[in-house]
Amino acid sequence: MKNPTTPNSLSRRDLLKRGSAVALGAAVGSQAITGFPTIWAQNIKNVTLRQFGTGVSNINAIAQKAKEDLGITLEMTALDTDATAQRVVTQPKSFDIADIEYFTLKKVWPSGNMQPMDISRLKYFDQIAGTFKDGKLTPSSTIAQGTAPHTVSFTDGPNSQSFSKSMTNWYTMVPTIYNADTLGIRPDLIGRPINSWTELLNPEFKGKASILNIASIGIMDAAMVCEAMGEVQYGDKGNMTKDEIDKTMAIFTEAKKAGQFRAFWKTFDESVNLMASGEVVIQSMWSPAITKVRSMGLPCVYQPLKEGYRSWGGGLGLSRNLSGLELDAAYEYINWYLSGWVGGLLMRQGYYSAAPETSKLHMSDDEWGFWYEGKAAKNDIIDPFGNKMEPAGAVRDGGSFLERMGNVKCWNSVMDENRYMVRKWNEFIAA
Amino acid sequence: MDRQSPLSTLLQISPISLILGFFLVLPIGTILIVSFWDYNDFSFFPDFVWTNYSDALGSNVTYKTYLNTFWYAGLTWFFTFLIGFTVAYFLAFHIHTTRWQIVLFLICTIPFWTSNIIRMISWIPFLGRNGVFNTMLQSIGLIDEPLEFLLFSDFSIVLAFVHLYALFMVVPIFNSMMRIDRSLIEAAIDGGANGWQMLTNVVIPLCKPGIAIGSIFVVTLVMGDYITVRLMGGGQRASVGVMMWNEISLLLYPAAAAHAVVLLAVVLIMVSLMMRVVDLKKEL
Repeated sequence: MKNPTTPNSLSRRDLLKRGSAVALGAAVGSQAITGFPTIWAQNIKNVTLRQFGTGVSNINAIAQKAKEDLGITLEMTALDTDATAQRVVTQPKSFDIADIEYFTLKKVWPSGNMQPMDISRLKYFDQIAGTFKDGKLTPSSTIAQGTAPHTVSFTDGPNSQSFSKSMTNWYTMVPTIYNADTLGIRPDLIGRPINSWTELLNPEFKGKASILNIASIGIMDAAMVCEAMGEVQYGDKGNMTKDEIDKTMAIFTEAKKAGQFRAFWKTFDESVNLMASGEVVIQSMWSPAITKVRSMGLPCVYQPLKEGYRSWGGGLGLSRNLSGLELDAAYEYINWYLSGWVGGLLMRQGYYSAAPETSKLHMSDDEWGFWYEGKAAKNDIIDPFGNKMEPAGAVRDGGSFLERMGNVKCWNSVMDENRYMVRKWNEFIAA
Repeated sequence: MDRQSPLSTLLQISPISLILGFFLVLPIGTILIVSFWDYNDFSFFPDFVWTNYSDALGSNVTYKTYLNTFWYAGLTWFFTFLIGFTVAYFLAFHIHTTRWQIVLFLICTIPFWTSNIIRMISWIPFLGRNGVFNTMLQSIGLIDEPLEFLLFSDFSIVLAFVHLYALFMVVPIFNSMMRIDRSLIEAAIDGGANGWQMLTNVVIPLCKPGIAIGSIFVVTLVMGDYITVRLMGGGQRASVGVMMWNEISLLLYPAAAAHAVVLLAVVLIMVSLMMRVVDLKKEL
């Protein structure tokens, strides 16, 4: 969409600077909030950006809206989590924007195939949650174990391949999305309350449990279970010792051999199918997968557990090969991404937007109350694709943002003993 | 015929050499080289280390996985052979007009009009805990509890393999059978052979090349497969292919390359053993 007031005589750079200045100012001007591009839209209109990411946020609706608002054509490719890491490392020329998770970033950043972003060009940096800055959700919160996003968010300069311990002007990735994960259950097929991670290995659910086969995430769910059982004490679940890895895998291998698991899943759709078909009644799951099962009319609960959540965050990173007009367009796209419309779309699927306040403008008060504040819904809750998800009166599983994100026990991570862990995980899958 | 000039010989062999060079020798050479490289979490780099091979050959998991894969290959071979031989026999000896042979043969190929992934996935709702088959058995009162072994098990994996690859057995065996001189069979019957003797002394020996070709197809396809095992095994059964695919998805390319080289060697040995049983060059 063109901004009719943009004078053609100004150069793109000038306008970008102006745009940044607006964002850096204490008060955010209304122009910024609407998400209109501040550079001359004609220039970026014909730009095509190739983005890949996991199925969770590679939604065609985003590409359509970006085309409407910015004129940019987005080519989206959905991959599984491991494949996203592969793509960054082995095919750096095949993408412009990588929509990846922070623990993946930790793994792929040293390859030098991505370039950091200049924070002064990000209009909504001030709105980004503290989790992605100093790591603190609220000034008093403690930082959970694992690869917390802020530990891999900053780098020292445009060419740096390492991470900076403190905040700098260079962002490795712009955060867009995050959530607290727990077990998904089919309450109708279980018929009793579930409140601990230990239930995943409860023999009662023999042949009806599942865990995800993505090593870095699966090992965390496994650790949450073993810790809750009291079988293994961890120094840091996000950075286990070889001994801790061995003990964890031994418990899970034993359960696997006893027939505890029906299947392992690798992609979002697989987890939905397992749950919806009733093959599995308790499993590791992601929030929108729950949403999807529910919109099929089946009861499915994202069960809060007393031991807390495993959390993850994702963002948009730039390919090292981006430059010139495409780079400008990518900044424009990312600023638009954080301006609220996408955030609203993600929030209404059960994720959190990294800049929640901008998303609020694109949600009804009732939706905001339900998804973010944990209040009972006043009207039916409709998902972004028009399906009814919750009847009036429903309350979100786990409650408000602070209750959920405040109870995160560890982040998805890459460990020092990653190579060893991967080998053990493979043995577990093959066992 | 005159001796050809060296140039024309060179020109004549160059297309096949180029094709094999680019699409066979070059990729396999690359895999062989990479299998000696070293790697870390996010990249792999030139080196000359044996760790990929020692990791692969020093792990119990590798041997168990190979055993598992042989098990799948053996079962699949057995069932595809039974089905393939029977179908081919019926087509070759019981259908007497060429037109009907062609029609029925084409019917055998109908499943191949869709992709093999689709053919595989369509089993899942059929065999599931609340799937069509279990529901049917329960409604006619044959069972009380759904049969769990039907899906995400060795059973479902072998079933899918047999479904996918039976035709690879039918075609070469049918081809061999069509080439059997019918007077040989008449002679056997005139000589007093009963049906079984005719089958074991005449038909099977003369079908050996077809059986060997079909077996090579089926065994190599199963040995290298990963997607069938992954989808039908619910991600918790292992085969050599799945093991390599796991490594590739975790960016452990050199480790996967080492496994690929080992698998290639194993499959070559298996094929050469099969060639030993049947001298294909002579028979063809």
